[in-house]
Amino acid sequence: MSDVLAPGSPVVAIELRDIVKRFPGVVANDGVDLTVRQGTIHAIVGENGAGKSTLMKTLYGAHRPDEGTIRVDGAEQHFRSPKDAIAVGIGMVFQHFMLADNLTVWENIVLGHEPGGRLRLSPTSARARIAELGERYGLNVDPDALIGELGVGDKQRVEILKVLYRGARTLILDEPTAVLVPHEVAELFASLRELTAGGATVIFISHKLDEVLHYADAITVIRAGRTVAEVADPSQVSASRLAELMVGSELPRPETPLRLIDSEVRLDVRDLVVVSPDSGRRTLDGVSLRVHAGEIVGIAGVEGNGQTELIEAIMGLRVAEGIVRLGDVDISRLATLDRRARGLGYIPEDRQRDGLVLTMPLWENAMLGHQGAEPFTAGRWIDRVAAHTRTAEIIDEFDVRTTGSDVPAYTLSGGNQQKLIVGREMTAAPTVLVAANPTRGVDVGAQAVIWDILRTASERGLATLLVSADLEELIGLSDRLLVMLRGRIVAELDPRAVTPAELGSTMTGANA
Amino acid sequence: MIARLRRAAIAPAAAAVIALAVSSIALLISGNSPVNAFVEMWKTIDSSESTVLIINRAVPYYVAGVAVAIGFRMNLFNIGANGQYILAALLAGAAGAAVSLPAPLHVAFVLVIAMAVGAAWAAIAGILKVARGVNEVISTIMLNYIATGLTAFLVGEYLRNEAVELVAETPKLPASAQLPSLNPLLELVGIDVGGKAQLFGFLPFAIALGIAYHLVLNRSRFGYELRVSGANPEAARTAGINPRRMVLKAIILSGAVAGLVGMSSLLADPQFHKYGDQFPKTFGFTGISLALLGRNHPAGVAVAAVVWATIERATQRLSPLGIPQEIGVIMQGSFLLAAVVVFEVVQRRSAAVTARAVALQAESRTAAAPSDQEATP
Repeated sequence: MSDVLAPGSPVVAIELRDIVKRFPGVVANDGVDLTVRQGTIHAIVGENGAGKSTLMKTLYGAHRPDEGTIRVDGAEQHFRSPKDAIAVGIGMVFQHFMLADNLTVWENIVLGHEPGGRLRLSPTSARARIAELGERYGLNVDPDALIGELGVGDKQRVEILKVLYRGARTLILDEPTAVLVPHEVAELFASLRELTAGGATVIFISHKLDEVLHYADAITVIRAGRTVAEVADPSQVSASRLAELMVGSELPRPETPLRLIDSEVRLDVRDLVVVSPDSGRRTLDGVSLRVHAGEIVGIAGVEGNGQTELIEAIMGLRVAEGIVRLGDVDISRLATLDRRARGLGYIPEDRQRDGLVLTMPLWENAMLGHQGAEPFTAGRWIDRVAAHTRTAEIIDEFDVRTTGSDVPAYTLSGGNQQKLIVGREMTAAPTVLVAANPTRGVDVGAQAVIWDILRTASERGLATLLVSADLEELIGLSDRLLVMLRGRIVAELDPRAVTPAELGSTMTGANA
Repeated sequence: MIARLRRAAIAPAAAAVIALAVSSIALLISGNSPVNAFVEMWKTIDSSESTVLIINRAVPYYVAGVAVAIGFRMNLFNIGANGQYILAALLAGAAGAAVSLPAPLHVAFVLVIAMAVGAAWAAIAGILKVARGVNEVISTIMLNYIATGLTAFLVGEYLRNEAVELVAETPKLPASAQLPSLNPLLELVGIDVGGKAQLFGFLPFAIALGIAYHLVLNRSRFGYELRVSGANPEAARTAGINPRRMVLKAIILSGAVAGLVGMSSLLADPQFHKYGDQFPKTFGFTGISLALLGRNHPAGVAVAAVVWATIERATQRLSPLGIPQEIGVIMQGSFLLAAVVVFEVVQRRSAAVTARAVALQAESRTAAAPSDQEATP
């Protein structure tokens, strides 16, 4: 490619058509289209779980799509591995850096593509090439610095250099600004602009709408695994319109009529503060909230704004200042297990990491988190008969599809694993339930079952704190919506009256 | 049940075939007839005397295997069972010889000291790991060296039997701390060893240990929390299990059991009843292989210990026939390696079968009650 193409060049670099990617129990991509013109910065926006990362993995060859076509510079491609993708010039810059801390910058960049022979490493040519790339695109990093001594912005530059060094002409960046401070964001996009001016193409994933509007030449919006909008000219679209596109303009109206909420406070959180041990930053910055009997309080927010810290502080899994009261009892100083024993139920956000031991049988998973309580244990000993009976009840009542309670948990599909967790918590008859993304990654059938369970339980008086990335779920289930941003609660909204635009802009801080 | 047993038997059986094949090749290379060697080995073990000797050797192996297995279940690699048990045997032997107590109490006293010493030595690695993040593999290996030096120093300087001139060893335990031979019991059930070998009296203790290990691990809340912590530390934390406390408990328990490894020799072997030069000092390392081979299972480790002891016994009389005795080590090594690999293959196969069965079940129930209607929150 000899001539430099200006932004807005009509040449299409990447074209994805009808990409479908299924995982057990979920369809992550359900007919996604993406057209990226050469020499542009192209943003892909969407909610958590909309299928952005899955799509990018398809594009750089980390997995193969079940359906659909990939065209690069007009030619159809079938990537079997990232190696195939890099061969046609597509490289990925990950959100989580994949660098060896104990090696220098240039060593990291050449890793896997070492210059010189099998036994001999010739650093001179590599150094020169890195210096030249850095110079040309404003990606200045000392090639001899140790990675471990670099800051986040520098590390990211190294990641980008690494991909360029391998000859990438199209760069994919997964939430590149998530880890950066504002002036680093500006520097990053200045470098990316240099790249596109040189004819390269940049695709970046983000859900920060302000920076998308500010830096992108074109935007593709993905919702629930489908492309819902392709914006060729970002100046023609507002942040609130984008937010609306992201969450869907036709939000479901709640089925249940306005209910009278009991005045009894079941969960009372006051001035909860969590300080990150790594950065010393307040990841949870003075949050207070109350959940009444029979009420579902939804927490909305872009992931990483303190929701995880809030949940873990309430559950006693994270050191926190402030007061947590369960009914009349101050549980702030109690251990997790004691909190649970007093009626605090918990559906963790990642079922396979936090909620289950996949290699253990269902009956042993049914007692996880309740291992000190009836009917599972009598004193120090496990009551196997009672535990099996209880598990059979959970399987039956919550429609967990399995051949029995002795099969290991990994044999279940995601939806059934989640139903087991929900059943486990509900059967323990909690007074307050903390539910984090209770239907993430489960199929529609299981989702309906779980929603039904939560709704019925709240009608019977259960107080629920629902944290979710699924806005439909939040709006549909919650009696009140709290929005979290940068560790604080910034707004309380009525889910019956909120518009998606309002919710979206409150979550991203666009109206602040 | 029978299917499960058969599955459990596939791996060892296949491993045995592979081990025999590998050692046959080794024998052929060394210019010996494999058939001849195997016949000689069979002749060596085919006697009630050999059976007794094999069991005597398998008992401390089993204890060592269980000690290491406790750590393994929690993803802790207690490489230090060896140091823990030699230090325990030395101090328990010296303490036992220094007091006089009635018989059952005296034995109990020695056992308690041994467990306490083993636990305390292991606790050093545990505290280092919990408080300072020191990897237990490194610290237990280092502690092994220290224990070796420390025992040699203590037995030479402070705990030595002054009545013996040339060798450094602890005084002999009095009769009240000696466990009797079980030969009379064997005769009772009609087995006559003919006085050529004595079945050591520590065997019942090892059996009791195995049962206790099974009960604590699989039937107690503590064992459950230990297994959860080993299998998924994040889920354990979410379930309110304190991971640091669990690490400390597991490593201390492992050390306490390791303290018992030398007890069969100390309390029940008429050749010893004391800690000295000839006292076996490497059983702890064997325990690592056995825990691996026995899949940390109470019965599996027992079988592994017997197999190990059998191979050792079988190869004992090969040297005079001009066949290298080291063939035993080759057999053990190839058996272990093959068993680990084959077990993994069998495990994956059966996991896939189970997963398919469950998926099938889910589908058939879905077909019976379609749930494809659109859900609304």
